Amino acid sequence: MLNYILKRVLQSIVVLIGVTIICFIVFQYLGDAAMTLESEDATEEQLAEARRTLGLDLPLYQQYGRFVWRVSHGDFGMSFLTKTPALEMVVKRMPATLELAVSAMIIATLIGGIIGVYAAVAPRSVLSRLAMIGTLAGISIPTFLTGILLIYFFSIKLGWFPPFSRGDVVQIGWWSTGFLTISGIKHLFLPAVTLGMFQLAMSTRVIRGEMMEVLVEDYVRTARAKGLSRFQVTVKHAIKNALIPFITIAGLQLGNLIAFAIVVETVFQWPGMGNLLIKAIGQNDQPVVITYIMIVAVMFVLINLTVDILYCVLNPRIAYD
Amino acid sequence: MIKNSKIMRHYFRSPTAVFGGVLIVVFLFLAISAPLLAPHNPYDLTAFTLTDRLKPPAWEDGGSTEFLLGTDDQGRCILSTIMYGLRTSFMVGFGTILISLSFGAVMGLLAGYFKQWVDALISRLADIMLSFPAFLIAVLLLGVINRQGVFMMILALSICHWVRYTRVMRGNVFVVREREFVDAARSLGAGHSRILFSHIMPNSISTLFVIGAVDLGIVIVQESTLSFLGIGVPLTTPSLGMMISGGYTFLYAGIWWVVFFPGLVLALLILSINLLGDWLRREINPKL
Repeated sequence: MLNYILKRVLQSIVVLIGVTIICFIVFQYLGDAAMTLESEDATEEQLAEARRTLGLDLPLYQQYGRFVWRVSHGDFGMSFLTKTPALEMVVKRMPATLELAVSAMIIATLIGGIIGVYAAVAPRSVLSRLAMIGTLAGISIPTFLTGILLIYFFSIKLGWFPPFSRGDVVQIGWWSTGFLTISGIKHLFLPAVTLGMFQLAMSTRVIRGEMMEVLVEDYVRTARAKGLSRFQVTVKHAIKNALIPFITIAGLQLGNLIAFAIVVETVFQWPGMGNLLIKAIGQNDQPVVITYIMIVAVMFVLINLTVDILYCVLNPRIAYD
Repeated sequence: MIKNSKIMRHYFRSPTAVFGGVLIVVFLFLAISAPLLAPHNPYDLTAFTLTDRLKPPAWEDGGSTEFLLGTDDQGRCILSTIMYGLRTSFMVGFGTILISLSFGAVMGLLAGYFKQWVDALISRLADIMLSFPAFLIAVLLLGVINRQGVFMMILALSICHWVRYTRVMRGNVFVVREREFVDAARSLGAGHSRILFSHIMPNSISTLFVIGAVDLGIVIVQESTLSFLGIGVPLTTPSLGMMISGGYTFLYAGIWWVVFFPGLVLALLILSINLLGDWLRREINPKL
């Protein structure tokens, strides 16, 4: 198992190196960075000087080395637009995105779990069938449309929840949280439900499938035969085993949620990383885009690694070579 | 293999599949016939004026029969823009499936047939691609390329979607390459390309079409989402996602039709593709 974990860590490092190479190439083909730094009417000498200070006259592998050196020391360059460090801009927006994604995940997993287990235990009931049709509809409505629908009903028509921004936040160190104020939670509700909706449908389907497989196993029948109630068997015996495959999916889900947060943040003007990314793309602010890519890549590699290690620990039946 | 007549009988027995099929045919018809049937041309900048902006649908107060479903903030006829937008959706959808399926199939063939370093290379690449959500890769690709257009969109989405076809194809090829007829072909002196493309491919590609059918819905959602974010097709190309992004701020003013009609069409389109795809998956390959 240790071997397997080591191998996965090495693989993750390879992926990260791959991402830095891609980012470096993107930087190379962005056009002349010296031009961007100097003013429009810079002389040839000034441009040459700027190129020398940026290291653009060095051979390619040395430039790549310098790029990796800077990035690993947290220097992602300045935003073209605000002239502040790009890393700082992205990191400042990270809490908003993570709080949104985690809330959405809790909604999706809890509600999806309950519906999924129910639909597996009583597959022929009317409620289960309705739920399954509901999930198909949930998958069919694009995230941004769900968001707009919710804004229309709950903000414009009913006025229960505010349609955009994050409300009041409390600063704890570098982390800003919206969980501690009423306004923060009210603002979080609609975006979190929107983001959770698509995953909710997915979780329901996955958990239902897993549960149905577990429910026909011998040990479930034995537990029933020795007199345990249906409820006890479902909750104590079956769910535990249906949960293991679900963990892999949960990791993928968190990744998907971070990706789709881009959409939800745009709809709700949520001040997160995704919102920043879309603005940076629109304004051609490449350092910010690259920083976003690098940070999200690290996040994904960490999520995947954690899931694989957890899976390996939780399910010792699988042999890893 | 199931006989065609049996497939048709099964199809008509599933009300959801029939519903989905009928809707898709309607949408396809609307998209294909847009240049002939659409009352206005949303590409023609001279054909619409700001004086017609935000007109309600014909049955509401202030609506006119000239614009059946009303107009958007630039005075474009919503019905016509939806019809042309459907064209964009189908074009990107079918284009992406065509390119990613063909490319994915070839990569899967190569990986499964030659094994060793070819397989290692392709499979590692696939692993890296699969550790990031396809949608995120599409956003970043389009963000980095920063050049908009229907073809760019198809290209970016294809780069995100070929991996699954490769995976499945590779698995299928592993099985098919051990069959007797491949040995027979080889002993008759057939070269690699002949064995690959006329013997192995026809026997291992059918499952890819099922994946393609399910993927079509996903690709169309992604196209509309990217256009909604403003990094998809250019502003001049009608697209359902862009209609919605341009219109949803008007909801606050009670102007619902700019968002409602394209949203409804988009949701129904994806629902019908999913219904049909779901049925196809159960019918052809219950295990997939």
